[in-house]
Amino acid sequence: MMKPAAFEYVRPETLAEAVTALDHDDARIIAGGQSLLPMMNFRLVQPERLVDINRITELERIERTKTGLRIGALTRHANAARDPLLAEHFPIVAEAMGHVAHVAIRNRGTVAGSLCHADPSAEWPLLVTLLDGEIEILGSDGHRSAEPSEFFLAPLVTDIEEQELVTGVHLPLPAGPSGMAFEEVAQRAGDFAVVAAGAMVRVENDTFAEVRLGLGGVFDTSVRARALEGALTGQRARAEELEAALPLAIEDLEPNDDLHASADYRLSLVPVLARRALIRALHRATQ
Amino acid sequence: MTGKARITLTVNGEPFEADVEPRMLAADFLRDELGLTGTHVGCEHGVCGTCTIMMNGVSARSCLMLAVQLDGAEVQTVEGLGTIRDMHRIQEAFHEHHALQCGFCTPGFLMTVCDILESLPLRTDAEIRDALSGNICRCTGYDHIVKAVRTLVDERDGAAS
Repeated sequence: MMKPAAFEYVRPETLAEAVTALDHDDARIIAGGQSLLPMMNFRLVQPERLVDINRITELERIERTKTGLRIGALTRHANAARDPLLAEHFPIVAEAMGHVAHVAIRNRGTVAGSLCHADPSAEWPLLVTLLDGEIEILGSDGHRSAEPSEFFLAPLVTDIEEQELVTGVHLPLPAGPSGMAFEEVAQRAGDFAVVAAGAMVRVENDTFAEVRLGLGGVFDTSVRARALEGALTGQRARAEELEAALPLAIEDLEPNDDLHASADYRLSLVPVLARRALIRALHRATQ
Repeated sequence: MTGKARITLTVNGEPFEADVEPRMLAADFLRDELGLTGTHVGCEHGVCGTCTIMMNGVSARSCLMLAVQLDGAEVQTVEGLGTIRDMHRIQEAFHEHHALQCGFCTPGFLMTVCDILESLPLRTDAEIRDALSGNICRCTGYDHIVKAVRTLVDERDGAAS
């Protein structure tokens, strides 16, 4: 039998109420609860106060901004996967959501929940890292935003302070037509990724105007393969150029051994998945 | 609120009102407070899928929800599908295809199928398997379950089976 320890339950209806409710020594936010409740059932996490933000409906919106799309914190994975705005501008999101757990968990789990849980193998941290997202945070001192490299500090550790909550993430539109693709290897459908790769390619005048490669499962946080990105930018937009740059994808990676995969196996997957993602992204960019 | 919280909800069309401790899981509320023991509890951490219910029209794991979060919700459990004498079409299809053996996982599968028949195209058996991947069966293997769902999808889509 696994049951949560007792806690005080608070259910704010507005963001202001949520911030007030978080003014407590040991408060945790529950959004979809698909990672938090297992930890509470195991009593790995025993908050004194649980702040349930599910009634703050303004956090569920996905909207166009001047420069991109804003995804509300409470957007469920299933809704992100079928959202027409995301499908139009970031089709990679629906592709990645197909790898997130299972139907029932996608119905309930949220974007901000995944970001704040900060599993280094999870899809949303990787997407936000790949897409240069800005994580929007509200606290008692007002609003601030954080880049992924500032937000994700270590496995399951973020830059979120005690009395803060993530309200959404802003994804800036690419500077021009682009192609994107997502690849993942997991032990079984819906498991956390052993390694995941997301690619974004922008081509101008037959040249790589921009290449991005994001990787999950191979470091303490999602990472960008900056060496590969830098080497490819300005090169002729050809699959051979991508192939030649693949060894750069594993530069500076420090995967861990765990019971799912050895560090060596994770490293060996990187060029395989990077190649698949980059080549599909290039194909889409030049269609 | 520190003590019990009052919740109102409908379960299988019937209204309920109850006072629950915030830490009570939705699965335990359905089973222990309402006596609806068709919702099974397996792993209690969101892995096995046997506690799957429908909440406000979509499937959810009742071990990963608190009873207080059911406040205002419309819940459907396996008891709301059909009875032995008057089975729901999904239950009939499982029966016809021998899609269960011990039956422990079956309520979760049935509720998942309620969701995916509505929400997913399920064009191929691979898609059906992917959609069912959150539910674990340790008896039959999955072939018969996939066949049952294939039949239901074909009926839904008007295809000759």
